[in-house]
Amino acid sequence: MKHFNMFKHTTLALSLIAASSVAAMADDTVKLPCVCEMSGPGAVSGSNFHDGAAIAVKEINAAGGILGKKIEMETYDTQSDPQVSRALVQKAIDSGAYAILGTVYSGSTMVNMMVAQQAGVPQFTGAEAPGITQKDNNYIFRTAAGSQKGVPALTSYFKDTLKAAKVAVAWVNNDFGKGGHDVFLAEMKKVGVSVVADVPSEQGQADFAADVSKIKQAGADAVFVYLNEEESARFLKEVKKQGVTAPLVGEVTLTGQKVIDLSDGTAEGALAHVGLATSSPDPKIVDFVQKFKTTYNRDTDHNGIKGYIAVYAIKYATELVGKLDREAMTAKLHGLTLDVAKYPGMILTTGWDDKGELARESFMTQVKGGKQVVIGTVPAN
Amino acid sequence: MAQFFQVLLSGLSTGSIYALAAIGFVLVWQTAQTVNFAQGEFVMLPAFFVLAGVHVLGLPLWGALLLGLAASVFVLGFLFKRMIVEPMSKSTGLPLIIATMALSILLKESAKQFYAAEAQPFPSLFPQSTFNVAGAVFSIQDVLNLLVSLAVVVALTLFLDRTKTGRSMQATAQNPGVAEILGIDIKRMTLYTFLINATLAALASFLISPIYLAKFSSGESLGLIAFIAAIVGGFNQIRGALAGGLLIGVLDNLTATYVTAQYRAAVPLVLLVIIILFRPEGLLGTSEGRKV
Repeated sequence: MKHFNMFKHTTLALSLIAASSVAAMADDTVKLPCVCEMSGPGAVSGSNFHDGAAIAVKEINAAGGILGKKIEMETYDTQSDPQVSRALVQKAIDSGAYAILGTVYSGSTMVNMMVAQQAGVPQFTGAEAPGITQKDNNYIFRTAAGSQKGVPALTSYFKDTLKAAKVAVAWVNNDFGKGGHDVFLAEMKKVGVSVVADVPSEQGQADFAADVSKIKQAGADAVFVYLNEEESARFLKEVKKQGVTAPLVGEVTLTGQKVIDLSDGTAEGALAHVGLATSSPDPKIVDFVQKFKTTYNRDTDHNGIKGYIAVYAIKYATELVGKLDREAMTAKLHGLTLDVAKYPGMILTTGWDDKGELARESFMTQVKGGKQVVIGTVPAN
Repeated sequence: MAQFFQVLLSGLSTGSIYALAAIGFVLVWQTAQTVNFAQGEFVMLPAFFVLAGVHVLGLPLWGALLLGLAASVFVLGFLFKRMIVEPMSKSTGLPLIIATMALSILLKESAKQFYAAEAQPFPSLFPQSTFNVAGAVFSIQDVLNLLVSLAVVVALTLFLDRTKTGRSMQATAQNPGVAEILGIDIKRMTLYTFLINATLAALASFLISPIYLAKFSSGESLGLIAFIAAIVGGFNQIRGALAGGLLIGVLDNLTATYVTAQYRAAVPLVLLVIIILFRPEGLLGTSEGRKV
């Protein structure tokens, strides 16, 4: 009797799984769940990524969808917690995801990407830690270049433009920060620039007096700042207070509008290399930024563009394959370059290598008059 | 030496704000015999009342601060006591502790839902100007944060020790039964304690938000640090909470400067473990008798 009950329960469970799989396959929609940081410390980045993706979904659906099927984007809030994100990626896959959008935080992506890999579901991340595309995961694709590509773009800026012989580095002690920090140290060593202060800080840290004081004492010619948005703002305020005059150069976040808004005028003059600049005069970027503002009544940072192009990349790659096939789309994206002239949803011409790493033109920016201004471009590498 | 003074004053300034939040733990413990795990959110919320006053109602900053203070005293003092503490006062401590955990989630999610998920800049109450002493740069804001916090703690201590109402509040905290027999209106005294806690939380919020920024999740780390400060200093003494807050603020900065920046966050926790092992009543706490 006991064995019969077990058989009955197992059969029932298998039937339910089979039924749900059939239901998912038979759906008239393409499920692109967004597993994003909608709350917690990553809420700014995650919300912008999500909202940018939502604009793309709306546009594509209005134009007929992907191969005639509408996109359905369900939101899964990771609360900026890697373990929660892992569980939610599994949940999104169970719901029949064609591909996963997110996460933006590197710490979360490092944890959850293995779940998508095991299930064979392509994942489009906004994360930039170098390790993400170095783990032999065929299903991960970036929407912004990893810091191992972004940070080296700054090497010549420190050495040739700023002519710095001694530099300090202030970095956030998480996966994002560690990745950029390690690459930066290697780059400086390569060109013979000495790192005189190496200052890690905690995520959510309130008091940067000790950090800035160490940098000030070290007498660096320039400071590399690799912190998240809120910490960048607090750091900049303390820099101003303690009267540090060395140029501050960051990667991605330092000249972002959120940092400018939060730092109470202290971001003025800060420099940063950014993979995507919402302040770029490029007409397609201008158009997207305006669309975002009109839709949500607020400005976006670069994460909005990441979310937007992630959805379009899925659409274009799927249409090139001609069918909704995860494996075929994944294979197609490796080594593919989507030229913006032919694929306008990409905003900028974008390519992926066989590891899902991204190549795209990037920008040098500076804060001038309370706004991020593009002061130069860096070719795709 | 300049560097030492720099990080010392900054640590004292930040620590004094932690102390204001830590005192809240002590006050609620004294009157309700519970740990208010929403204390961090009590410090987070008043900043949003002020921002709503400025951006939604269009009030000037001073008007918004008054509104924020009044709203905090009403919501975090009066309503907290009436709607959460009183209905659960007959039960043992655990349901009330869980209720404060639930309240912490409610306040956090409400701030996110009704205001913003993103961090918001908060106007500074004091000038941002700096001055130089022996090579160290101090800001007026740091100095005034420290002085205001210390003044508030001294005023609170004097109020509790030197006024009839203060002594009645102490009597209520120490033995409500006897206090009632002596003719003290214990309900009113308990209410006063909650209102004072809400006022201190609002003040801590107004002082720390210009530095920490106003964000729905900021109470998580603030609450944890204040809780540790209260235990380290002594959970049953206001002066203990003050000492604990200052100690953690200074220790954090000195550790980051002279020992290790990478493991600075671990230092308060290590201190907590040492205190629990060797002096569980806290540095300035007493193992007997409770005193507000």
